[in-house]
Amino acid sequence: MTARIVTANGLRDGEVLYLARDGRWSRDLAEAEPAESAEAEAALMAIAEGAMRCRTVVEAYAMAVAVEDGTPRPLSQRERIRAAGPTVGTDIAIERGR
Amino acid sequence: MPVIKDGQLVENDWTFIPDSVPLDGVSRPVVSLARWQGESRALLGRNRWLGLRLPNIADPAVIGAELHCFALIELEFPTFRDGRAYSQARLLRERHGYLGELRAVGGIGRDQYFFLDRCGFDSVRVAGDEAELACALEGWYEAMAEISVPMQPASDRRPPASSLRERRRAAAGAS
Amino acid sequence: MYRYDEFDSALVNERVAQFRGQVARRLSGYLDEDRFKPLRLMNGVYLQLHAYMLRVAIPYGTLDSRQMRRLARIARVYDRGYGHFTTRQNVQYNWPKLAEVPDILAELAEVEMHAIQTSGNCIRNVTADHFAGAAADEVEDPRIHAEVIRQWSTLHPEFSFLPRKFKIAVTGAARDRAAINVHDIGLQMLRNEAGEPGFRVVVGGGLGRTPIVGPTIREFLPKAELLSYLEAVLRVYNRLGRRDNPFKARIKILVASVGGDAFAAMVEEEWQALRGGSLDLPEEEVARIAAYFAPPPFGALPAQDTEFEAMRFEDRDFARWCRTNLHPHKQQGYAILSISLKPVGGVPGDATAEQMEAVADLAERYGLDEIRVSHEQNLVLPHIRLRDVHAVWQGLVAAGLGAANIGLVSDIISCPGLDYCNLANARSIPVAQRIATRFADLDRQHDIGELKLKISGCINACGHHHVGHIGILGVDKKGSEFYQITLGGSAGEDASLGEIVGPAFSYDDVVDAVETLVETYVGLRETGERFLDAYRRLGSAPFKEALYAGH
Repeated sequence: MTARIVTANGLRDGEVLYLARDGRWSRDLAEAEPAESAEAEAALMAIAEGAMRCRTVVEAYAMAVAVEDGTPRPLSQRERIRAAGPTVGTDIAIERGR
Repeated sequence: MPVIKDGQLVENDWTFIPDSVPLDGVSRPVVSLARWQGESRALLGRNRWLGLRLPNIADPAVIGAELHCFALIELEFPTFRDGRAYSQARLLRERHGYLGELRAVGGIGRDQYFFLDRCGFDSVRVAGDEAELACALEGWYEAMAEISVPMQPASDRRPPASSLRERRRAAAGAS
Repeated sequence: MYRYDEFDSALVNERVAQFRGQVARRLSGYLDEDRFKPLRLMNGVYLQLHAYMLRVAIPYGTLDSRQMRRLARIARVYDRGYGHFTTRQNVQYNWPKLAEVPDILAELAEVEMHAIQTSGNCIRNVTADHFAGAAADEVEDPRIHAEVIRQWSTLHPEFSFLPRKFKIAVTGAARDRAAINVHDIGLQMLRNEAGEPGFRVVVGGGLGRTPIVGPTIREFLPKAELLSYLEAVLRVYNRLGRRDNPFKARIKILVASVGGDAFAAMVEEEWQALRGGSLDLPEEEVARIAAYFAPPPFGALPAQDTEFEAMRFEDRDFARWCRTNLHPHKQQGYAILSISLKPVGGVPGDATAEQMEAVADLAERYGLDEIRVSHEQNLVLPHIRLRDVHAVWQGLVAAGLGAANIGLVSDIISCPGLDYCNLANARSIPVAQRIATRFADLDRQHDIGELKLKISGCINACGHHHVGHIGILGVDKKGSEFYQITLGGSAGEDASLGEIVGPAFSYDDVVDAVETLVETYVGLRETGERFLDAYRRLGSAPFKEALYAGH
């Protein structure tokens, strides 16, 4: 089943965030609240807009996910990388080297 | 809507009059370029204060010979991202010698005030309630003080770094 | 190199305070994101895929050891221990926090650095030949004029809200190591018939969606009139550039739509009104700036160094490294030394804080304290005595900076791509890594010879793929990463745009495709013929056939 979730970046530190239940923002895409209808998506975006006004997050938008066993998974390569982090990187190499 | 002019919040006594509306009884009307070009004789015949709103795609040269007719020229910023009016302002001041009041209208804000001042604007329209207007004026003062020495000449009187270096050289040479 | 006086210092410090105020107003709600975004962009702060990104300016790619050490410290304290050197001679940090950026800028200001106008619709970092001041073929050091332009363009009140970004490059010689033909304004220094120095002015070159080699707008511009002419160009662009469509807003679109001659005439008319005015710098001011780029205290050395020759004879690895990473210096007994940031399997253009410090140490000890960043994402130590080259090489090898591949197929230019960038359609870094790994054998690379491979993760072309001998463009085909190959591009004075060779290749197939191209070239080349020259001679047919025949 496909659905939509809302994602944004934290205003202060830029980290990737997903809108979970009760207007809480989580770093974990698995906790994102899926919207299965246009109304549900609009409700989520309204919460996100409030969060932007309150300067918690920036650049919130809705994205497509597949929901398997109740857990949302990203559908695009871009969102996969955005959720999991870069597939390559000097920082990853530094981490592994430690 | 008031304006910030010469470091003060002042009431705006100018009124933009749409093209088809008569100017009777309006002491300080601002007219569009199209209206000016269509009715300049009649407008001049009023022998009153006259303002012009120049669209930001217009070449200032089209009114270059008539600038003495306008006590006020308004230049438009459709959004603050559209910087065409900065060039219009500089051309009006430096190329065509406009001496009247140059006013910025549109989506311009506190973080553009310094650029406005440097490009030769005298005033900027501001909006909001009393508190917001007070903030705007405070912002204007802050904006004027943020950068002490500009790096290039513009339409203001601030000497750029190259001039100050020249003065310093001259002073060193004289002593 | 240029040193700030009190006015330059005042500007960067005031700019830090200004941005600190803007960040505070953003965080407390007085500024919304819509109004804040252009302000943060004009201070080099992007919002990327995973985090903010800070692009720090390295004016015309020149810095000293103190500045490089500060870049290392910033990587360590505020980021994840590394930085990325870019195709515009800047450095990028991938993980800064917005709230900490003013502190980062304050630390940069202490060492005469900044992030002013490294993004936004304004005049960006002016780039120059990374061999400036060391190469023999210069008319004059182009960085003098790059510095003049830098100052003039900094917080220019008329040109801070242009239709789009604006990039200027300067080369001091006919040999173009600054890619001037694909910049918004490209300047080539030359002398007229009377022997007077000036510029050939190219306007409206660019890469991206509509790549164009820019037309020459003025064959000769006297040196002293540079700023008034640039002001004229920028004013025409600010007034007439398109504002309705961001994909059609660069100056190259304006120049192409009115035609080079008509555009030149418009500039000429505006310029006639500006020339001889307040923009002309006093001679003493130009001399003051030029003095900072006077030749450093070179020693009087013999042309050959016996120790250097001996080490080359004894150490095969050293000798091989010298073949690619050394360039002749105008001063006898010296060499220009390139540091490859393209180790096989590494991220092209990245350096760890430790590596930055190693380079700083080597520059300070052996290199007259000067470092350059090239637009090919490598570093340069421009002034190394021949007798010290071996010691420097050993230091580089110890720091993991000993890749002996400058100009070879594994010296790949790659944008950050979908791993980091919001705009990307596909990943570029792992493709670069896999290609480099495929060609890891240095003997094979030397046999292949000069081959400039450039990868972009999207059409914005930050990897300069249009001007790669082999260019690779990442595209999204039905949700999967595909790669379109172009051939025959060049960024030099023989500038050309690559031609698409055929349908795109998948992420899995693209490396094989590149190898097929290379093998085709090896099979068809004449003695000593580079890939680019072979392609220009043969055309695309044999390459197309090798890639696609029977598929």
